[in-house]
Amino acid sequence: MSSARTIATTRSAMGIPTGRLAVWWVLVSEIVIFGGILVSYVMHRLGHPEWAAEAAHTNTWAGAFNTLVLLTSSLSAVLGHQAAESGNGPKAARMLYLTCLGGLTFLTVKAFEWTNEIREGFTLQAGGFWSYYYAAAGLHAFHVLCGCIIMLFVAASAKKNQDLHRVENIGIYWHFVDIVWIFLFPLLYIAK
Amino acid sequence: MAHPAHAEHPAHPRRNYVKIWAILAGLLAVSVTGPMVGIRVVTLIAAFGVALVKAYLVAKNFMHLDIEKPIVGWLLGLALMLMVLLYSGVAPDVQKSAGLRWSKSDKFHYVSPQLQKAEKGQPEHERGANH
Repeated sequence: MSSARTIATTRSAMGIPTGRLAVWWVLVSEIVIFGGILVSYVMHRLGHPEWAAEAAHTNTWAGAFNTLVLLTSSLSAVLGHQAAESGNGPKAARMLYLTCLGGLTFLTVKAFEWTNEIREGFTLQAGGFWSYYYAAAGLHAFHVLCGCIIMLFVAASAKKNQDLHRVENIGIYWHFVDIVWIFLFPLLYIAK
Repeated sequence: MAHPAHAEHPAHPRRNYVKIWAILAGLLAVSVTGPMVGIRVVTLIAAFGVALVKAYLVAKNFMHLDIEKPIVGWLLGLALMLMVLLYSGVAPDVQKSAGLRWSKSDKFHYVSPQLQKAEKGQPEHERGANH
């Protein structure tokens, strides 16, 4: 079997390993996507004071618990990166599995939350606030799901001490997902 | 096998990640309990001020932005500037029902009744000055 690698992963353009640089580029585009939604939500929220009554129905404790879950998963992601840096692939993989577990916990809480809200009649079409709520939180949840799937692949190779640089790359992405939630939480759950 | 691109990357300085996580968890508690005081300014600071601090801590310590090449900071800053540009360009149209030389038509635009009521309470010169 050939041990040749694609040039893009071994090059180090601008002093930054290409893989990591690519992740940063992805995040720049993600800032524009999430930023557009958040900024649009903020201006509509300020233009529609009556949305406060709709926002009052979101579950602050569920949101707070999910924030803690994501912060904790960020901790395990960075500990995984630390392990990868010291060449301990199996430990890095364990940390990534833990991070993934955090992501799944987040999605489970979100599923329960949404089920209750939809049962109470707060659907996507229930009003302007709920449209933003489901669009922003849904897009974020999709990113959590994608992160978990990618993380499983990275963990599988890290377990065999292969491609350990990817642990840092997926970690950077995961921390960004965490930061997006840090802003979504007060906007959707606290400002009532 | 360590990847060549990873191997050439300098090792990150040792940080106490658990301590940083504990600070973040403490800040989360502040952002949840702050609004319980019932004072609007406290709610805003507890919610959004603390969110900014939390985001800074995660970006600096977990994403290691403080030791990343400056170009990355510039790229992220540029994307954030686009958000500011979007807000400053569109916000008046969304947040106001009328300006100095324009007003929304009830037949064409939706204007929040509460916003209209709030704006009617403002003196004329103040409404114009908002734009």
